[in-house]
Amino acid sequence: MITKRIIPCLDVRDGRVVKGVNFSGLSDVSSPVELAKYYSDNGADELVFYDITASSEGRAIFTDILREAAKSVFIPLTVGGGIQSVADFDRVLKCGADKVSVNSGAIQNPQLIAEAARRYGSQCVVISADVKRVDGVFRVFAKGGRENTGLEAISWICQCVALGAGEVVLNSIDTDGVKKGFDMEMLRAVSEAVQVPVIASGGAGKIEDFVDLFRTLPKVDAGLAASIFHFGEVKIPDLKAKLKENNIPVRI
Amino acid sequence: MLAIIDYGVGNLFSLKSSLDAIGESCFVSRDAAEIRRADRIILPGVGAFGDAAKKLEESGMAELVKELAGIGKPILGICLGMQLLFDRSYEDGVYAGLGLIHGEIRPIADVIPKDYKIPHIGWNQLQFPGEKNPLFQSIQSGDFVYFVHSYYGVDCAESTIAVTEYGAPLTAAVAQGNILGCQFHPEKSGKTGLAILKAFCKMGGERA
Repeated sequence: MITKRIIPCLDVRDGRVVKGVNFSGLSDVSSPVELAKYYSDNGADELVFYDITASSEGRAIFTDILREAAKSVFIPLTVGGGIQSVADFDRVLKCGADKVSVNSGAIQNPQLIAEAARRYGSQCVVISADVKRVDGVFRVFAKGGRENTGLEAISWICQCVALGAGEVVLNSIDTDGVKKGFDMEMLRAVSEAVQVPVIASGGAGKIEDFVDLFRTLPKVDAGLAASIFHFGEVKIPDLKAKLKENNIPVRI
Repeated sequence: MLAIIDYGVGNLFSLKSSLDAIGESCFVSRDAAEIRRADRIILPGVGAFGDAAKKLEESGMAELVKELAGIGKPILGICLGMQLLFDRSYEDGVYAGLGLIHGEIRPIADVIPKDYKIPHIGWNQLQFPGEKNPLFQSIQSGDFVYFVHSYYGVDCAESTIAVTEYGAPLTAAVAQGNILGCQFHPEKSGKTGLAILKAFCKMGGERA
């Protein structure tokens, strides 16, 4: 039986893992290479590396860190952040990424999804959407959650899947960093609209939030979180034991 | 020494890293003379069957794999690399494979329930239908490995050494003597995957 996946996300800037609360007020957490290896050895089903560097200098550091981390990660590794072109796909895939997530780059040029899917297969292309309620409508935000694109989220995500995205990471800006649980309403809307795997992101604060997620929304395939894992508030083996106790299929 | 065949398809970084991690010396190559000197070979691959089969043919690697298979060298196909070992595939047309494993590659949509997602992505369990192949010597039935695929091997019952359940039993690994194939990615399957690669590296075969 296929299992629900637990995915720690490492936001990397200038070679260090950071995590923002509501996308601002970043604080250093740890070394990406060490953290990645730790997670790979301790029950994570997959890892996400997110490059939040703006400078090209920082980008080169990120690529070096990625290559180093990938040498000791034997679970799937998704890389995102600053992916604007097929050349960017190529750059991170060569450094050990298995999947590439696109966000602002796809908003600027949706054909990037189609081109990348043709070249690397849909399984390699993840659409990551930062979504926030604006006057009761789910809107897609770009630039790390700072800019309202005006796009309606559900139709945008469906368009991305139609273009060839093989997975969706849905990050609710409304619940991100709040630690009071995933955004069930938003996740329900998306998981009912697409047939590809949906990864829930934003809002997990404790083990029970993951239990609620998978019990309430059986169509959601994975739960992603950052700081609660990095700071040890939630240990992945404990989380998985609890999910198993609740008859949610997990890899132990 | 193990050779990873490079015919321009897929990402070989992780595969090489995982072999490094288990202390198996390996190289990535498309040089026939060099590959002939290896004790064993891995045929990787991701993407579409037709495109990969064409590249395998054009690079001369198709002939080489058949030649090495014929002299008993252990060969492991991974994911699309496994599918290429079959007689043919029905992925977006009909394409001939290497014919080293008898059977065909068909869409999983033919057999899985309608509400199951395609591709079959994620961690799933291995079951061994018959006697356990040496490839799985240190693996237990029920251990998890990582899959990403929309097509699978059929009409290959006599070669099937592992299956996985995704609303229907799907071929997870095949073997015909020295020819082996995994539908899943051992290089992405944590400790279980590394143990499988290690077992492959211990397999016998032709030694000069």
